[in-house]
Amino acid sequence: MNLHLWSLLGGRLLVALLTLLIVSFVVFCATQILPGDVAEVLLGQAATPEAVAGLRAAMHLNDPAILRFFRWLGGMLTGDLGISYANNRPIAELIAGRLGNSLQLAAATALFSVPIALALGITSAMLRGSLYDRSVTMATITVISVPEFMIATSGVLIFAVWLKWLPALSFARDIHSFGEMLRIYAMPVFTLSFVISAQMIRMSRAAVVEALNTPYVEMAQLKGASRPRVVLRHALPNALGPIVNAVALSLSYLLGGVIIVETIFNYPGIAKLMVDAVATRDLPLIQSCAMIFCVVYLLLITTADVIAILSNPKLR
Amino acid sequence: MTDKISSNWTSADDAIVENAIRRGASRRDLLQMLMAGGLAASASSLVLARATSALAQTPIKGGNLKAAGWSSSTADTLDPAKASLSTDYVRCCAFYNRLTFLDANGTLQMELADKFETKDAKVWTVTLKKGVTFHDGKPLTSADVIYSLKRHLDPAVGSKSNSLAKQMTEFKAVDPLTVEITLAAPNGDLPTILSTHHFMIIADGTTNFAKANGTGAFTCESFEPGVRSIAVKNKNYFKSGGANLDSFEFFAITDDTARVNALLSGDIQLAAAINPRSMRLVESQPNVVLSKTTTGNYTDLNMRLDMAPGNKADFVAGMKYLLNREQIQKSALRGLAEIANDQPVPPMNVYHNKDLKPKAFDPERAKSLFQKAGVLGQTIPIVASDAAGSSVDMAVLVQQAGNAIGMKFDIQRVPSDGYWSNYWLKAPVHFGNINPRPTPDILFSLLYASTAPWNESQYKSEKFDKMLLEARGSLDEAKRKQIYGEMQVMVSEEAGTAIPVYISNVDAISNKLKGLLANPLGGMMGYAFAEYVWLER
Repeated sequence: MNLHLWSLLGGRLLVALLTLLIVSFVVFCATQILPGDVAEVLLGQAATPEAVAGLRAAMHLNDPAILRFFRWLGGMLTGDLGISYANNRPIAELIAGRLGNSLQLAAATALFSVPIALALGITSAMLRGSLYDRSVTMATITVISVPEFMIATSGVLIFAVWLKWLPALSFARDIHSFGEMLRIYAMPVFTLSFVISAQMIRMSRAAVVEALNTPYVEMAQLKGASRPRVVLRHALPNALGPIVNAVALSLSYLLGGVIIVETIFNYPGIAKLMVDAVATRDLPLIQSCAMIFCVVYLLLITTADVIAILSNPKLR
Repeated sequence: MTDKISSNWTSADDAIVENAIRRGASRRDLLQMLMAGGLAASASSLVLARATSALAQTPIKGGNLKAAGWSSSTADTLDPAKASLSTDYVRCCAFYNRLTFLDANGTLQMELADKFETKDAKVWTVTLKKGVTFHDGKPLTSADVIYSLKRHLDPAVGSKSNSLAKQMTEFKAVDPLTVEITLAAPNGDLPTILSTHHFMIIADGTTNFAKANGTGAFTCESFEPGVRSIAVKNKNYFKSGGANLDSFEFFAITDDTARVNALLSGDIQLAAAINPRSMRLVESQPNVVLSKTTTGNYTDLNMRLDMAPGNKADFVAGMKYLLNREQIQKSALRGLAEIANDQPVPPMNVYHNKDLKPKAFDPERAKSLFQKAGVLGQTIPIVASDAAGSSVDMAVLVQQAGNAIGMKFDIQRVPSDGYWSNYWLKAPVHFGNINPRPTPDILFSLLYASTAPWNESQYKSEKFDKMLLEARGSLDEAKRKQIYGEMQVMVSEEAGTAIPVYISNVDAISNKLKGLLANPLGGMMGYAFAEYVWLER
């Protein structure tokens, strides 16, 4: 049985690696389709044909596309992410600081939103049909429907411009004390939590409700188990698979999808780095960012799968 | 500064008055200007008192300034040759110096150079100031100047000023503080050309721009492209007194609303280039002041003279009459523009031809011209894009004016991304956007000479080329002014570029930030504000 589990995990890992390779190739092809190249973008309006040709030659942009792809892939495999086209700096250096910021923001948001979302989801499943349940559902749908730039901008207007309680900008590296950290992270974390909690609340509620309708839960109730015990001991473990998947999906959004929050709070994260890279046609940087998003996504999904497998006796 | 004079008097108007005073307008001129604007005499004096007091204040030392530009990316650079965004210019101005610079009146001042001398405008001798040192302690010598200028010629550097620099053919270090520059052909404008941002002086042999090693008023403490830079006051600065600020942090907030909000909440003290739409919101705030600069920035409608329909001169002339300049100024740009006369030399330039009046909006005349050209009733495509600021609004105004006389325009709105390489200079009728340049020579050789790299309408005239060379090589100011005046008339009448307005730039600043003057080289005091401003506490 254990061997079966390992082969299952190994299979997952292989598929993940293959996905990475395919993604890198697709991203590379997509960047080739973009109009213009880095030489034109760097020179901007000043791009006279001779200047572009000169810069292109100096940057080895005239090599065949496939050669540049394999050169990049080779570097990647040996741990060398390459040099940014746009500013001649090592990509590892550019990404390191930004990735750290993004992970910090993601971690703070996850720590804040996951427990709250799960608690809300599970309790509203327990009290299904009550006023509490209906108000949580209403609130979730309202929050899902408001775009995040709206939440973020209103937040800034109210708390930074009018009340002056919180700063309008969030620079992760200016933090000297815990209080300061709370102040700086308050608005971005709050905004992101709104965006990602809704799905987690709805999924966990649905999963628990479904589990509560099963015969074995009825059996447990007939045997006289208390309501919390029925939910936590019998229903929840069986609902864990879909819940963990919903959480993983929501969290994967926190790395690549937070461009709006990063822009409004001027938070130097990795999503903005990727958008910059696309705008400047900085191929190695686009590729590396795409790889990071892909790795994190696969990591979260694979972890969720593994937890689902381990928690489900039928899949085990 | 908060007392309101009349309900429709705004701080933007205050900025106009301030600018007029700086340009040397007398009290009498100003009163006339204000009364013409419908302001009562008593209120006028109040405005003047306020504007004059804003200029006559003594700087305060110390303080940390946080300022935000509007564009930033990983392509941010400290290499002056590659500087392309306002963000880069601001940083380069803080860390480096130029040989010369233009002051608030558009007059040339010496910075690192002590003097420029020439007999024939072909061979120039530049004497450098004594006792200037780089941030790392190395003294400034002629080798640094030659290295800084010569690298613009190397295509691998990717200099934005490559085409301007090409005319410098020979550099010679006469002694450690004297450089001799030989030009391919005489050019009386060399000192002004070298006042542009790309010609900042860096230390000999510099190839790594992770940090800046310049002679500027600030040293570079940290620089992260696409994130921010922190500058600290240079204690060994060669100008007496040095910067007022202790430190200066610069970054960009691309989102317009977020930038204004950050200013209102007090997180930053300067928000550059605010959108006309946010203007009224900011104006109602007592702690925010607006600084308006009208330099030569413009968005123009280009009709290629070598392609249909621009190959018919009457079509081009008709389009110039179909542009409702006043409406473009008032509605598309919400008053933040000055009406232009289809040529690129702006009013604040000393060579501007005042006698050349803008064409009036005259749809009937346009109609008859279109009829003569045989294009009336046809549908003409116009390519517009957000890349060329306000061009979509302008295109809509042209389209509406066209509808009224039976002329159809099909507006093809294309994405900003790739606009300059795919549509600009290429489509038969399209919009362009040109940044200010300090001299008519640069503007004309870049945009209108037969061989100009950015000849937007493919205008070709032998007479024009000859005049350009003549004015360039001359050191006689009166003669140059006369030639440039005539050339402006030629461009306005003959070229296929319709320039409706010069667009103003408005920076919003905290009322604690003082000393910010408008400058002909661009917004934020020609991007060089950090060295001159101070913070009140």
